[in-house]
Amino acid sequence: MIERPELWFVMAALAVGSFTLRFLFVGLIGDRPLPAWLLRHLRYTAVAVLPALIAPMVVWPAATGGTLDLPRFLAAAVTLAAGLYWRNVLAAITLGAGTLYLGLYLLA
Amino acid sequence: MASTSSKTPYWQGVSDALPFVLVVTPFALVFGVIATEAGLNITEAFLFSITTNAGAAQLTSLQLLQENTPAVIALVSGLAVNLRMAMYSASLTPHLGAAPLWKRALIAYLLVDQSYALSHAKFEERNDWSLQQKTSYYFGSCTPVVPLWSLMTLVGAFLGESIPPSMALDFAVPIAFLAITAPMMRTAPHMLAALVAISASLLLVWVPYSLGVIIAGALAMIVGAQAELWLSKRGLAK
Repeated sequence: MIERPELWFVMAALAVGSFTLRFLFVGLIGDRPLPAWLLRHLRYTAVAVLPALIAPMVVWPAATGGTLDLPRFLAAAVTLAAGLYWRNVLAAITLGAGTLYLGLYLLA
Repeated sequence: MASTSSKTPYWQGVSDALPFVLVVTPFALVFGVIATEAGLNITEAFLFSITTNAGAAQLTSLQLLQENTPAVIALVSGLAVNLRMAMYSASLTPHLGAAPLWKRALIAYLLVDQSYALSHAKFEERNDWSLQQKTSYYFGSCTPVVPLWSLMTLVGAFLGESIPPSMALDFAVPIAFLAITAPMMRTAPHMLAALVAISASLLLVWVPYSLGVIIAGALAMIVGAQAELWLSKRGLAK
């Protein structure tokens, strides 16, 4: 169970922080140019942070007590492959979820 | 899309964003369910979505709080996931930066993956558009997805525990994030960054407070940026 003061702190600070990140350039910088090195790093935030976040969830899922689970692993592999091949979020989600349920039905 | 040119920029934005309803709806439902499972009440889950308006960051912070990670770490990790919003903001600035301050504040609040991706592509294509037309298109692209995120969080929170564990909703997060990231792998540096992120995160899983995720992410950003620099110095980048 999450403690209330901690939850409210994170919710409030994440809301303010997220708005600040979004407002930073369009609001404060206006149309002044930005340093190239900064933009170069910002270009990779999504492809760096999101895979780092989910890699342990895929390899050691909490739902199976932290042991590698074949249906979940296959579902992740199919989602990734479909997303890379079709460049389509919806196709990747559909095929990934389909693989997960098929895998859980056949293998569990 | 023959009828596109007859629509106003606002309605073009709305119709371009409509397919994303199919992605945002399940993602928001899942967030609502996960939030109630983590012990948030319906009001808290709804407030979280309406104020932060960023699914991936909300899930990250919530997941870490649930694992008894210190609040500051949960916050920093959520913000790290949202760093890409700063990049989106920077990238839209040449197009929308001249709007009045209150409009820029609204633009900032509404900035999400979908509104950015659509608007950025559209503004490159229609460089003849005025500030007014660009702003209208942007608000149009936000209309079907942004209110839906909070609304479907609310529905998910209502459904909450009526959804059985056999639905394996725990794995909706990895699937959603993989599906969002895979189409972003456009260049070799992007793929290299993702590979570094995955390997480093798995190797650093022992680091307390889930700090391994942040370290791995920072490392991967540096590797991606350096790889891009290396390629462009050799004239190999696009």
